[in-house]
Amino acid sequence: MGWARKILRVNLTAGTVKSEPLNMDWAQKYLGSRGLGTKYLVEEIDPKVDPLSPDNKLIFATGPLTGTMASTGGRYTVITKGALTGAIACSNSGGFFGAELKFAGWDMIIFEGRAPSPVFLFVEDGNARLLPADHLWGKSVWDTEHEIKAQLQDPLVRVSTIGVAGEKGVKYACIVNDLHRAAGRSGVGTVMGSKNLKAVAVRGTEGVKIRDFPGFLKASETAKGVLAGNAVTGQGLPTYGTQVLMNVINETGAMPTRNHRDIQFEGAHKISAEAMAEKRPTDGKSNLVANQACFGCTIACGRVSMIDKTHYTVVNRPQYWGASGGLEYEAAWALGSNTGVDDLEALTFANFICNEQGMDPISFGATVSAAMELYETGALTKEQTGGIELRFGSAEALTQLAELTGKGEGFGAEIGLGSKRLCEKYGHPEFHMGVKGQEFPAYDSRGIQGMGLTYATSNRGACHLRSYTVASEVLGIPEKTDPLATDGKAGLVKAFQDATAAFDSAGICIFTSFAWTLQDVAPQVDAAIEGGWSVDRMVETGERIWNLERQFNLAAGFTAADDTLPKRLLTEEANSGPAKGRVNDLGKMLPEYYDIRGWTPDGVPTNETLARLAL
Amino acid sequence: MQRSLNIDPGKCTGCRQCEMACSYENEGVFNPSKSRIKVFTFDAEARFVPYTCTQCAEAWCMQACPVDAIKVNLATGAKEVHADLCVGCKVCTIACPFGTINYNASSGKVMKCDLCEGDPACAKACPTQAITFVDSNWTGLDKMRAWAAKTDTGARAN
Ligand code: SF4
Ligand code: SF4
Repeated sequence: MGWARKILRVNLTAGTVKSEPLNMDWAQKYLGSRGLGTKYLVEEIDPKVDPLSPDNKLIFATGPLTGTMASTGGRYTVITKGALTGAIACSNSGGFFGAELKFAGWDMIIFEGRAPSPVFLFVEDGNARLLPADHLWGKSVWDTEHEIKAQLQDPLVRVSTIGVAGEKGVKYACIVNDLHRAAGRSGVGTVMGSKNLKAVAVRGTEGVKIRDFPGFLKASETAKGVLAGNAVTGQGLPTYGTQVLMNVINETGAMPTRNHRDIQFEGAHKISAEAMAEKRPTDGKSNLVANQACFGCTIACGRVSMIDKTHYTVVNRPQYWGASGGLEYEAAWALGSNTGVDDLEALTFANFICNEQGMDPISFGATVSAAMELYETGALTKEQTGGIELRFGSAEALTQLAELTGKGEGFGAEIGLGSKRLCEKYGHPEFHMGVKGQEFPAYDSRGIQGMGLTYATSNRGACHLRSYTVASEVLGIPEKTDPLATDGKAGLVKAFQDATAAFDSAGICIFTSFAWTLQDVAPQVDAAIEGGWSVDRMVETGERIWNLERQFNLAAGFTAADDTLPKRLLTEEANSGPAKGRVNDLGKMLPEYYDIRGWTPDGVPTNETLARLAL
Repeated sequence: MQRSLNIDPGKCTGCRQCEMACSYENEGVFNPSKSRIKVFTFDAEARFVPYTCTQCAEAWCMQACPVDAIKVNLATGAKEVHADLCVGCKVCTIACPFGTINYNASSGKVMKCDLCEGDPACAKACPTQAITFVDSNWTGLDKMRAWAAKTDTGARAN
């Protein structure tokens, strides 16, 4: 009930599939999705394994609310050791694939080994089989989904796949389902490619049962009311998408610009939500065509856009004329302000390519921006870039590199290394803007201090989705804190981290947390599964998951020295906006954070902490 | 008053809450594959279109059924499949021009929208009012209102 109580184990080396009962003791301790998938991974792989070796595993996991009527209850998580970072990777995706997997009767799929030649997995309810994918290798996400549906003669099948980026070893390749929803970060798609696993196609008709249907419907309906009545989830996100943040963060003086050299972007208004809704002078149409919901979502933040047919990127290329996934704030920032490009259509095109070939637009955009800094300082020459004038603000350079990187061709193969490896290769490791090898998302931690601690301590490398203190520091959710203060941020970050791990593990979207607290989630989880899920239990589970991830990273070789930020953010003062003159004061927050976490001054969970969390 | 489902695709976000509600109402589980209403996504045009039985007055399915298993519910006007009578021959699925009556292989009977005895679960579940349950005689009212608002331009030229 709630859980399907079944996992599918696929050994790619041997070409076998088998069904196993879900470990219910673990389910009670780790809930589902992110938490439970991590538990399986931690138990089954050597933390020191090379992420791209057959000994790494790749887990697709749903949560107890996936495939229920809970708002946003359609999510799944991909868990593995990340190709980009070497840390625990866990990337969450919406769309429709996750719910379909649950309807087919599976909580989880564990892939192990490496197929001798390309394959895809087809799951039809209780039956699963590996099929050859030689004909799909080299194909984009979009073509692969199309061809699989045609081959299986089933338009209702849901497909999660890598594009060419994942095959070519682009370090931040993602896994894309339903054409433009992605398990985006840390190179989970790179791991999938290394296993010769092209795609997973699922058709589920068994449905999902829960513990207490009437109680659940009551709880989920109340919670939907909370989303509808909230200004962010009821109006802001459906109308503007996450792009609602562009102008807000720019005014806060926390929008990383030109590889974090600046923290406000003069072109923000040209790439904002408002710009997406404006009619273009060229064709009288707006970039934004519709908002779209993921499975079960009553928020519907998703952007769907169409590119101006006269734009240089798509002239005579009708394959890009249709509607597809438009710019979310993170993509608009990474492809836009961070590269200094303010051409909305060019950003939309680069974003289409990221979806089409399966790569993370945050890491891609951030790596291009690091390359631009290398180029402008002379560390990279035009000969090395294959003739590309890699200057900040060049839309042509951005879109050309998107196409090259997506296919792993030319200088794109080097952009595919990610900014850390690229900057090291060209002698300027200090230009890499990220943590544990993963590029920053769209908030400069000089302007929002808590985000510095968030990034430094995030278990999957720099990430906003592990503790989104922006909610408190900028938006006042659940209560307003000063973005420039460091006091109290250690506790704030811990609270967000633990709660987020619980949201993620339930199988719902973290965007609900603009309106929901665990008070809204726990009754839904409790009605769905056995075990008596109170708010306290959810928080404790979140904390347990956080510490489990931390232990994996420590065992993988990370230390407290990796809980840091690039020198630029710690020593170079912000040059404009409300944070002008500030650096990130990580040193003031980190020791307190370790202490509150019950970790040693070296960032290692103490025995008491481990015992308290039953780890 | 007889009521009908009124579908406004322009408001739909494609979330499938309606399919989930329908499957729970009829099957007691969350299972969109058994929903009587289906939402179609036309990706390249960014259109999401819910579609289900419109309860034809002279229903093709009802006329085609050789064992009279489809009957009118006089209270709601719905054409209902009586599972105890249905033999699963599927002739009705051929007769229906719209494809909204379908065979359910798990039960061996056909299934179609029955308006949930006058309180349709899909309409209650839809978060955007893309599905409403309104006076059967005035399903065009919203569209008329919208066009009406555009026609009195003269009166507003102040
Ligand atoms: S809020 Fe957005 S990302 Fe989250 S489930 Fe809804 S549409 Fe998907
Ligand atoms: S519930 Fe409403 S918005 Fe959601 S798919 Fe159905 S008709 Fe569309």
